[in-house]
Amino acid sequence: MFILIAGFAATDIWRFLGVYLGGKLSEDSDLLVLVRTMATALVAAVIGNLIVFPGGALAHTSLGVRIGAAALGFGAYLVSGKRMVVGIAIAEFLLLAGLYLNF
Amino acid sequence: MSSNRQQIFLDQWKDDAPLSVRFASYCRACYGRHMLTWTSDATAPRSTWFLRGARAAFSLPGLILVSSFIGFAALAKDAGVTVAQAAFMTGTVWALPSMVVLVGAIGSGAALPAAMFAVTLSAIRLMPMVMALAPEMRTGKTRRCVLYLLAHFVAVTSWVLAMERLKRVPPQMRTTYYAGLGGTLVTTNVIVVTVVYAVADALPSAVSAALLMLTPMYFLTSLWGSARERAGHVAMVLGLVLGPVFHIVLPQIDLLVAGLIGGTVAYGLQLWRRKVRAA
Repeated sequence: MFILIAGFAATDIWRFLGVYLGGKLSEDSDLLVLVRTMATALVAAVIGNLIVFPGGALAHTSLGVRIGAAALGFGAYLVSGKRMVVGIAIAEFLLLAGLYLNF
Repeated sequence: MSSNRQQIFLDQWKDDAPLSVRFASYCRACYGRHMLTWTSDATAPRSTWFLRGARAAFSLPGLILVSSFIGFAALAKDAGVTVAQAAFMTGTVWALPSMVVLVGAIGSGAALPAAMFAVTLSAIRLMPMVMALAPEMRTGKTRRCVLYLLAHFVAVTSWVLAMERLKRVPPQMRTTYYAGLGGTLVTTNVIVVTVVYAVADALPSAVSAALLMLTPMYFLTSLWGSARERAGHVAMVLGLVLGPVFHIVLPQIDLLVAGLIGGTVAYGLQLWRRKVRAA
C-alpha cells in the first residue's frame, strides 16, 4: 500500500501529466527549468548518500576508495566521450582493486 | 564516439533546437547506431512490430539497465525491503531514481507524506520526457487511453531507445512497437530483481560491494548526460555535496532539502548569468 501511494501514484502522475500536456507547454519554460534543476539536485543527493553512506558490503570499503573510484570512473566517462559503459567499468575495477589491495 | 557523430552532437547542442532534438542527438552520440536497421515495411503485421520492439530491449542501453537493476536488488535487500515489495516496486514505479528514494524512505522509516513528496520530486523529470515522446507515437486514430497506458513504460532507457528508433517505425505501428519495447524491459527487470534478490546472500562480499556500486555509477553518468542545460550540471554537483551534508544535519528530510536548495541555487545562477549576458 505504501509503495502504491508513495511510489506508483507519485511517479505516474507525472507521466499522465506529460501525455495530457504533450505539446501544450514549452519544455524551455522557466518553471520547468526550475523543476528540473530541483529534481536533478535531489537525485544527485541520492547518489552522494549512496557513495558516502552506503549499506551492506559496500559499507566495509573505505570512503576514500569509494569516492576515488566514483570520481575517476566519472572522469573516464567524460574523457571517453560520455560512454556510460567506460565510466561504470572503470569505477567498478578501481573499487575491486581497492578492496583486494586493502586500502 | 566517432568525431563525426561528436561534431553533429555539438552542433545540435549549441543550437536553439527543441530540447527533445538535442537530447535525442545526445543519446545518438552516446549509444550510436549499433542495432541492425530494418526496412520500414509498412505491410508487416502488428505482431511483427511488437516483437521488433521487444528485440530492441536487448541492446546496450538495455544491458546497462539490467545491470543497474541488479544493483537495485542488492540495495533493496540491504534496506530490508522484501522480495515481493522489490518486484512490485519495479513493475509499478518503474523509475530507478524514484525507487531508490522510496527504498531509502522505507529503510529510514520516513512518514508516508515525506516519502511521497520526495518520490514525487524525483519523478518530475518523467513529465517532459513523456511530453516529447507522446507526439511521436500519436496518429489521428490513436486512442488517448493507449497513450496513458504506454506512458507508464517511460523511463530513461526505454525513452532513449524509443526516441532513436521510432522514426524508422511506420506511424500506425509505433504504439505497438513501444508496447513491445517497454513491456519487455519491465518484465525482464522484474525477473532480474527477483532472481538477484534470491541469490544475493550467496555472493562473496566483494561482488555484493561491486553490485551496490552499480546504482550510483549508473545515475552519476546518466544524470550528467541527460541534463539539458548547464544549470542541470550545477544542480547535480550541488546535490552530490548537499546530500551527504544534510544526511548528517537533517537526516529525516535530507533529500528534500538538498533538492530544494541545490535546485533553487542552480536555477538562480542560471537566471543571474542570463541577466549578465543580456546586459
